[in-house]
Amino acid sequence: MNRSFNKSQSLRFLDCTAVEVKSKFGAEFRRFSLDRLKPGKFEEFYKLILHIHRISNMDVKLGYADVHGDLLPINNDDNFCKAVSMANPLLRVFIQRQDEVDYSSYGTNTLMRRKKAVVTLRNDVNRKRPHISISMPQDFRPVSSIIDVDILPETHRRVRLYRHGSDKPLGFYIRDGTSVRVTPHGLEKVPGIFISRMVPGGLAESTGLLAVNDEVLEVNGIEVTGKTLDQVTDMMIANSHNLIITVKPVNQRNNIIRSSRISGSSGQSTDSGSSTSHHSLPAPSSLQQHLLQNFHPDDLESDEETDIVIESSLRQPPPPLHQITQRPLHNNNNLSFRLHRDLSLHNGSIHKLLSTLKSDPRHSLALPRGGIEEDGTVITL
Amino acid sequence: MKRFRRQGQESLKDRHKQDLFQFNKTVEHGFPHQPSALGFSPRLGLLAIGTRSGAIKLYGTPGVEFMGLHEANAAVLQIHFLAEQGKLVTLLEDNSLHLWKLQARNDVSELAEKTSFTLQGKPGALPSTTHVTAVLAHSSRDLLYLGTEGGHVFVVKTPDFEELEEHYISVENVQQRIPGEYAGRRNLDYVETLTENPQNPNQILIGYSRGLMVQWDVKSKKATHYFLGNKKLESVWWCHDGDQVISSHSDGTYCHWSVSKGHSQTAPVKNEMPYGSFPCKAISKIVTLTTKKGSSFVIFSGGMPRASYGDRHCISVIHGKNHVAFDFTSRIIDFAVICGENSESQHNDPVALLVLAEEELVAIDLKSESWPVIQTPYLAPLHCSAITCSHHVSNIPLKLWERIRSAGEKQNMHYSDMQWPVNGGLNVAPDPPQRDLLLTGHEDGTVRFWDASGVCLYPIYKLSSAGVFLTDSDPNDNMNSAGEGEWPPFRKVGCFDPYSDDPRLGIQKIHLCKYSGYLAIAGTAGQVLVMELNDEDAQHTVDSTLADLLQDQEGFKWKGHAQLSRREEPVHFSQGFQPFALVQCQPPAVITSLILHSEWKLVAFGTSHGFGLYDYYQKRIVLVRCTLNPCDQLALEGPLSRVKSIKKSLRQSFRRFRRSQVSGRKRPVGNAAKIQELNARLEQEALQEMELAPVQRKIEARSSDDSFTGLIRTLNFADSFIRDGSHHTPSLWAGTNGGSVFAYSLRVPPAEKRTDNLVMAEPAKEIQLMHRAPVVGIVILDGHGVPLPEPLEVAHDLSRSPDMHGSHQLLVISEEQFKMFTLPKVSAKMKLKLTATEGSRVRKVSVATFVNSKTPDHSETGLAVLTNQGDIHVISLPGIKPQVHYSCIRKEDVSGIASCVFTKYGQGFYLISPSEFERFSLSARWLVEPRCLVEIPRSAAKRSLRRRTAAEESPDDTRESRLHSNRTTEDAETSPAVMEHALLNNEKVLMEIQTSLEGDRRSQTEKNTTRTSGNVKMMANGE
Repeated sequence: MNRSFNKSQSLRFLDCTAVEVKSKFGAEFRRFSLDRLKPGKFEEFYKLILHIHRISNMDVKLGYADVHGDLLPINNDDNFCKAVSMANPLLRVFIQRQDEVDYSSYGTNTLMRRKKAVVTLRNDVNRKRPHISISMPQDFRPVSSIIDVDILPETHRRVRLYRHGSDKPLGFYIRDGTSVRVTPHGLEKVPGIFISRMVPGGLAESTGLLAVNDEVLEVNGIEVTGKTLDQVTDMMIANSHNLIITVKPVNQRNNIIRSSRISGSSGQSTDSGSSTSHHSLPAPSSLQQHLLQNFHPDDLESDEETDIVIESSLRQPPPPLHQITQRPLHNNNNLSFRLHRDLSLHNGSIHKLLSTLKSDPRHSLALPRGGIEEDGTVITL
Repeated sequence: MKRFRRQGQESLKDRHKQDLFQFNKTVEHGFPHQPSALGFSPRLGLLAIGTRSGAIKLYGTPGVEFMGLHEANAAVLQIHFLAEQGKLVTLLEDNSLHLWKLQARNDVSELAEKTSFTLQGKPGALPSTTHVTAVLAHSSRDLLYLGTEGGHVFVVKTPDFEELEEHYISVENVQQRIPGEYAGRRNLDYVETLTENPQNPNQILIGYSRGLMVQWDVKSKKATHYFLGNKKLESVWWCHDGDQVISSHSDGTYCHWSVSKGHSQTAPVKNEMPYGSFPCKAISKIVTLTTKKGSSFVIFSGGMPRASYGDRHCISVIHGKNHVAFDFTSRIIDFAVICGENSESQHNDPVALLVLAEEELVAIDLKSESWPVIQTPYLAPLHCSAITCSHHVSNIPLKLWERIRSAGEKQNMHYSDMQWPVNGGLNVAPDPPQRDLLLTGHEDGTVRFWDASGVCLYPIYKLSSAGVFLTDSDPNDNMNSAGEGEWPPFRKVGCFDPYSDDPRLGIQKIHLCKYSGYLAIAGTAGQVLVMELNDEDAQHTVDSTLADLLQDQEGFKWKGHAQLSRREEPVHFSQGFQPFALVQCQPPAVITSLILHSEWKLVAFGTSHGFGLYDYYQKRIVLVRCTLNPCDQLALEGPLSRVKSIKKSLRQSFRRFRRSQVSGRKRPVGNAAKIQELNARLEQEALQEMELAPVQRKIEARSSDDSFTGLIRTLNFADSFIRDGSHHTPSLWAGTNGGSVFAYSLRVPPAEKRTDNLVMAEPAKEIQLMHRAPVVGIVILDGHGVPLPEPLEVAHDLSRSPDMHGSHQLLVISEEQFKMFTLPKVSAKMKLKLTATEGSRVRKVSVATFVNSKTPDHSETGLAVLTNQGDIHVISLPGIKPQVHYSCIRKEDVSGIASCVFTKYGQGFYLISPSEFERFSLSARWLVEPRCLVEIPRSAAKRSLRRRTAAEESPDDTRESRLHSNRTTEDAETSPAVMEHALLNNEKVLMEIQTSLEGDRRSQTEKNTTRTSGNVKMMANGE
């Protein structure tokens, strides 16, 4: 009692300068302190940890417990800074060997182990999926994001789906339905478009941001009211490379509550975390932000418009040989006919050559897909 | 401040748009779908047709057309013109009566519904008491006699349908005085007919279904004569002299009754059964008409021997020794006889017989000895063989026009030379600004040429491509094989014939070069025919070339129809378009795109397998390119593949079923029953499937392995900068269903070496649109951003030559986007994403010129676009900005959307039924719509004053006619003098053409004179 009092006192005293760190590896733990204002680089911190724990020959992953008791990764400067700045008062660091990392232990409520039923956007099946490597940003590509949180009503959610290549279908179905709206004349039933089904393993399902019976309000900024199911379908397909749909989720309990946002992330409010519960979590949000910075969504948008153009700057066009032999022989019908045939054969082989040439670049083009394509993919034969 | 200014600009822009664009559905061409009633007014010279969907259409002299639509979607059962007024009454299936009036407003008559009425019985009365079965528009102007199912006759007064109790004739009242044994035996049943004595309007004849006819005196309200017939009554005709009544019956007989004989007659004076001893079908309507020369005409429908000819649709005309049973290809709705102008005389003097059949209107000239058919100037049965495609060519040069017309006239020699006998009203519309042709391709391999310049879609010429090929049927087979002495003496009339000998003959694409007279048509079995207009008959073999579109593609098996086989022997071609070259695609899949370039003498064609380029000058294939995707199973196997969609097969089988219903021609019964059963089952399955799955749509990005990606959707020729920015070369562009564009640069030898040197094609560019939507149009814009002109257009000085200095642009129109690229290096410049913002897809697109209605020298070029929602958009060029949009076709009307064609001047056509084109206009300046005036004859009192002499017109009448003539001459002055300018001020040619266009398009002065003379006639025959 007395001791702890002292400690907290000492901490309060230290508050202005240092952060107390308690790092744990297996059963062992170490204590040290960091400068809150100048935490340094992640690389240095990582080396320090390895040194302190004397495990410098080991590949480890670092995690920390945030204020809500969630285990979150430390793997870059940003989230390291965040971890240090959020330490209140103690920064608890957990070290796991790289090969023993249990990814499912990361995320919401992971440390509290509260058994009460908390509705999360990701259902359990997803959380158990083994290979979501949160700790390695280079492994990420954006799948989806919630955008425009600050300008939309809290009951709505604007989701951007990033279709990666054509390997994964967008994977959902829409249907007609009726929704109830508040109008000057009271409640009114109006026709609406709803998500009717998710394709298992599809893009829409894997984001966890869309659910069956969510009402679709907008597609890429265009309201769907007054449009037929077929029109909305066509709109979505036409925008499938960069689909932004605004929905009114059927489950309104997972809405992002703006007032409770922690100031740390409010500065950059365009994107917010994809996995949210009642709390809005600063760390994942910054994570998402970071990813988006890497990927430049604008580039993705321009990607869809990059048509493949193959220009053949023709070499010396007609084989002169034919031309020359052609003329004197033309009077004889039979011979000229044979020549015509030869010529068309020749033409045919050109086409074949071209088509084989053409198919190759197209396939190789399909691979990089990322940001390479946008700067003019003109292939000259 | 800024905002204000912007608003001002916007409104200016809006006004500007108003001057350019205006959407109107102007006129319906063709034959009304499912007609159900015919009416004819000899006094107004108007013909009325009612349809099952509640529409009513009036036709007079060519160009005079009115249309009305009843609010209720119920069939029109009867149409009656009210005596001596521009009014008519319609009886609908829902037992309602509607009064329509032709009223003049701003010198143009309009048809408008005035009042409607449903007969109400006394409370508690049976509904049958007031169910109207017969209507008589009495010659006393306002009275309508309504016979009902209960046997009563009600009398109402128009225009308010005020019931006149005092005139009511109850069935009890009639029955009281019938001789006992007759009344006791039977109840009278419903009123079948109501007829007025042509000589005494106070006498009417009530015919009851059971056979009793009662002559009723309106004045004394008493029955004067009873004709106690005992056969089921079908119709009654009161002869012109008023002495004789003829009744026709359900057993194929007709009876003569004499009015002057006894008060109550139990048997007719004469009983006749025209088609003889075996049981016959009912004679549904009979008319007898007297002539000055003596022997009278007897005209009746039906009455055929039940067993042998019970399925024929016949109208028999008997005049003296002449007896013909006109045999129609579809059910007869009704007929009317047009009589001589002079109704003062003692005789009817029939002139023409108008027969409304289910699928066409046929007029027969009764003046000529042989009773030939008169060609109808309107109501043409567009669907005599199902329409498979259409093509519009605007502004036809006079020379070509005359040549096609003269070829057509040769074909129409068998028609009567009588003027169209329905001549009411006055066409006050300005002469059409230009000559337009609409070409329709049909399932039987014919192409029909229609004069689409004005309100009347008039058939000019018919071209058949079937003669080039060997088909299963012998062309002489379906000829009229009526032997001598055949009884009944049938004569086939009408051209509606929905049966195609060979569906492979169907025409799918048409391209006509209006400057050179070259025509390319392409069909279902991959055949492309190139034709040339020849003013002489000719006999020759058609050169044939095979285009192998597969080019060693592996693993292919075509399971569709076989290729058509060509006639080896020389074929006789009559004057007109004569084929001289044939290209047959292998595999013989349907041609999906076709274009002809008359300057370079090249034809390009595409199927679902690829495209080819044919040099019709040297008769040699220049290029073949396979666009097939190896995973495209559907295209590989052809239309008979098992993967055929259920929707498609359903549609087809329904079509087949409907056709067999329409014609009612005898088919093997077992087969038909089987088909019906199969259809029913298919339909049920489809319904079940629909019920099980809720309506939902999958959101799936388009992948590259969709079926039919290789199908060629569009082809275009252009002279542009395809290789470098300094030299323009001819080029061929092709767009596929999978969002690919192929460009080939062409080397066309100069004219003097065209015979010796070969046309060469080299691949130049390929574009794969990332959104992979089907490419529906490719347009090349010149340096000024104006689409390149048509071939030969510049050579004929009809278009400004394109700007060949600035950089050209390529506009690729896919179903989803409009995308502008630079040339010669293809890079995207700007785009308009239609589907991404509207959710609609482009179905049809065409370049159109819109002329400003206020300042005619200002015009803009834009794209007229039809979407799958049935909306029409106008997109500006070269800015590709949406200008205006209108909703035009219901989006469920898939065939309507598929059939739409745009003209070059912002008009368009689409099919509203298998037999009707709706014409619409997007242009504020060019508007082809009926403008016509119908003069209503004066009231009886005034008329009697004026009857003294025909020449002595009353003052106000002359004043009015002078007014009219003033106006019409004004019209002649203001209307664009296009005809004249085209005629190169050659007076003689002008006269020739006027005579050839007689009845169709007369000069204003001529029209004037006929109008006044018509007026005089009406005065003379007034009564």
